[in-house]
Amino acid sequence: MATLLEARQVTKSFGGGLLDRRHTVALRQFSLALAEDRPSITAVVGESGSGKTTLARLLLGLLTPTDGQVSYRGRDLVTMSRRQRRIFRREVQAVFQDPYEVYNPFYRVDHVLSVPVAKFSLAASRAAARSLIEDALRAVGLRPEETLGRFPHQLSGGQRQRVMVARALLLRPRVILADEPVSMVDASLRATILGALRQMTLDLQIPVVYITHDLATAYQIAENIVVLYRGAVVETGDVELVVKDPRHPYTQLLIGSIPLPGVERTWAADGGAPANPLPGAGATGCLFADRCPSAMPACRVSPPPLFQTDRHRLVACLLYREAPTLPAHEMATAFVHAVTPRGGGPGTPAAPPAPAAP
Amino acid sequence: MRPDVLRVRGLSVRYHTPGGAVRAADGITFSLRADERLGIAGESGSGKSTMALSLLRLIKPPGHIEAGEVWLDGRDLMTLPEDEMRRLRLARIALVPQGSMNSLNPVLRIRGQVADALRDHGVPTTRRQLDERLGDLLPRVGLDREVADMFPHQLSGGMKQRACIAIAMSLSPRVIVADEPTSALDVVVQKQVMDTLARVQADLGASVILVGHDMGLMAQFVDRLGVMYAGKLVEISPVRDVFTAPLHPYTRMLIASLPSLERKGVFQGIPGLPPPLRDLPGGCAFHPRCPLAVDRCRRETPVLREARSDAWAACHLV
Amino acid sequence: MTGQTAPPAPASRAGASPAALRYLRRNLALVLGLVLLGGLATFVVVGHLVVDTAKARPLSAPTLRPPSGQYPLGTDRQGRDLLAVLVAGTPLTLRIGFIAGLIGVGLGSVLGFTSAYYRGKIDAVIRGVVDVGLTVPGLLVLIIIAVSIKEGLTVDQMAVVVASLAWLSPTRAIRAQVLSLRERGYVDVARLNGMSGPEIIVRELVPNLLPYLAATLVNAVSSAILASIFLEVLGLGPIDSPTLGMTLYWVNFNAALINGWWWWWAAPIVVILVVFLGLFFVTVGLDEFANPRLRRAV
Repeated sequence: MATLLEARQVTKSFGGGLLDRRHTVALRQFSLALAEDRPSITAVVGESGSGKTTLARLLLGLLTPTDGQVSYRGRDLVTMSRRQRRIFRREVQAVFQDPYEVYNPFYRVDHVLSVPVAKFSLAASRAAARSLIEDALRAVGLRPEETLGRFPHQLSGGQRQRVMVARALLLRPRVILADEPVSMVDASLRATILGALRQMTLDLQIPVVYITHDLATAYQIAENIVVLYRGAVVETGDVELVVKDPRHPYTQLLIGSIPLPGVERTWAADGGAPANPLPGAGATGCLFADRCPSAMPACRVSPPPLFQTDRHRLVACLLYREAPTLPAHEMATAFVHAVTPRGGGPGTPAAPPAPAAP
Repeated sequence: MRPDVLRVRGLSVRYHTPGGAVRAADGITFSLRADERLGIAGESGSGKSTMALSLLRLIKPPGHIEAGEVWLDGRDLMTLPEDEMRRLRLARIALVPQGSMNSLNPVLRIRGQVADALRDHGVPTTRRQLDERLGDLLPRVGLDREVADMFPHQLSGGMKQRACIAIAMSLSPRVIVADEPTSALDVVVQKQVMDTLARVQADLGASVILVGHDMGLMAQFVDRLGVMYAGKLVEISPVRDVFTAPLHPYTRMLIASLPSLERKGVFQGIPGLPPPLRDLPGGCAFHPRCPLAVDRCRRETPVLREARSDAWAACHLV
Repeated sequence: MTGQTAPPAPASRAGASPAALRYLRRNLALVLGLVLLGGLATFVVVGHLVVDTAKARPLSAPTLRPPSGQYPLGTDRQGRDLLAVLVAGTPLTLRIGFIAGLIGVGLGSVLGFTSAYYRGKIDAVIRGVVDVGLTVPGLLVLIIIAVSIKEGLTVDQMAVVVASLAWLSPTRAIRAQVLSLRERGYVDVARLNGMSGPEIIVRELVPNLLPYLAATLVNAVSSAILASIFLEVLGLGPIDSPTLGMTLYWVNFNAALINGWWWWWAAPIVVILVVFLGLFFVTVGLDEFANPRLRRAV
């Protein structure tokens, strides 16, 4: 099973010009591997400042990493040829968070659907293009007569978002990145859109990365989960394990803070120490140490590695230092339906052998 | 049954748009009891924010309050002259607005904003008196005293929101209306802010109206929950009842569509779209999307009636 | 957060004429400006039909006649019929302005879009040149250029001289606008669609800036006309042309003010006023149109 989209030890920092030493590290040494032709949904969960938006832009090639590399089909995005880049653009698609921003107010919504059809030569004639577009709209539960020909401001947020999902569907991509696709949509519509996204995954048999701050929807839709805190992975693995039995103190804090719709009052009495307003730049060690109820002196010395506490779970916390460690770039091997990065992974049981590089 | 603190009767707000007049809130009727947390939930376009602002008479043209009464302390707020109303705002009924980032004056320190509010209500504030008050207020919302000398941009989102809560409670109002106070905040900070609001409410012996769209938040925070749809209040019951035995089909389908950490992989949204307020369907506004709709629903608009003890719904089938 | 109301869209083409007329009724500045410029245009067009423009040349009429039935605006010291001068000269002045303005905004757009969209080194270079260029007193540079041209200037050469500096300010203004536009979500979507840089600029960004570009153009035209009049008054313009500026040069040269030949300086000044007021009001009107936040309840 070939690895399709891969991030390898990707670090991204902003700021810090010639004369200004200060910079923020948005993402630290992040690694992820997505396999081809296997329907899977990986959730990347984090709050604001966790680096999840930066991650999305890096994976889509809209940003270049400060360190490490993002590659598609074995080719580094930065050094790809124009032809390869075209393939990348065709096969990797995204659904973004803001259903207002993604539409150019000058054009009707048709523009957002017809441009990719033309650019990627998906249809032989105008009529074929039109029919392709109409099918895609129907697949997400929209009626073409009510949608096409309108301007973005004439549609509701939910309709606009569904058009974006239709657009992704249209292109028959190999990977989909959904960056908070339902957070700006009404609650009653979220389920519909997420359902459509899940169906798309199964129909097209492709991997999807679902980036969100909403753990509940992440649990609903994903098999694997990666929890980010200020740019670093704190816990990852099988979503059942991570959400139902969180190990990392931050994950525990996060899950304890979710207001669940139900009769039980699950909100615990007091949720953790408030964050410092101005976190020190260039903090060493575990970034959560300032807020962690279980912090030890060793935590501030250097960032903890990933400890494999279960077959399908990794925790970056010194509380579990008894467990074996795993190199960061092999993180995906702990996923349910393990994925081996192209570099290969020594000592990873039941992982498929690394395919030869093309 | 606890005594009523706020009584809203038939509140209606109309907006004039180039395309015609639109009733953003239609005949809202409910009561807020002492020491109670009442939630008003609704999706976008339901009219909940309009309703919240109208309680404080903060609706600006092209909208205006068309009809209704809001009784507080034995007086109808809708009939008061504007300067009377200004005196009551903050002193008796306060607002924690949506988007705290935009409600704080960016060129004033926090102490200046509080001083402004106090001075406006004729509370004498010498430097020492202000310091004392701030020293009392800020810790009650979980902020350090140093925050008083900071500018809004130096504070995080959660801190700004808590500063807004501090301003809202500064004159010990009886009613606090919180309009989506945590919508821009992370889940961990959200809990802290809501905990703060709960503490403040207990401190002041006040009642809180929480307006929002997050049903989970409502479930964890409020005592009674009202649900709005297309400008009307369609259900209002104790929050336990709303989640165990919802009366109105909209409430039922809304709750069924919410993700939980119990069931995995079930996606059940409400089909269709909320109706445009300019062009409401006849009879019950929900009937085009309601699986239980009968002929009567198309012809006759249902009225909010008490279906069970203290549980009200606007539906013909209840 | 999940609002039904979208941010205001520019020019909703979905509601053509009645909406446009209703808007015009609210945007009085734009209407006033258009009326002034329209009036001027009518004056020129009708004038060409009614008046003999050959009389704009020297020695076509008796000298220094005050306004009368035969010469409604009087004549000047070299025997030009001043009405003919205005009818012939106004379009010339306007032409200088438009050509210079168009070149200025055209070049400014190319540089501004390129600089803002691509950022990096090319942005640093363009921005540096513009920043330095704007600190140099432009009119002095124009004087030096004009003086250096040995042969007499034609009207079109005049336009090019003025255009040489007219692109600086538009570049900076357009760059600023594009810097914020390029962060929009739809630009990301365009990149994901495989569009190239120039394609994104032309198809996605330019249409959203059309009102702003129009306002910038009118501004540039206004500045260009002012610059050209300035040069002409100093005698550095096309000396044989009856442009408004040249007329004022002759007024100055012949001390018409002291000599009490009021008709000679009054007429061109009135026309210049109308030109500038018209352009000013159109700019104000377009500004309001281009910036949705200034728009009052559309």
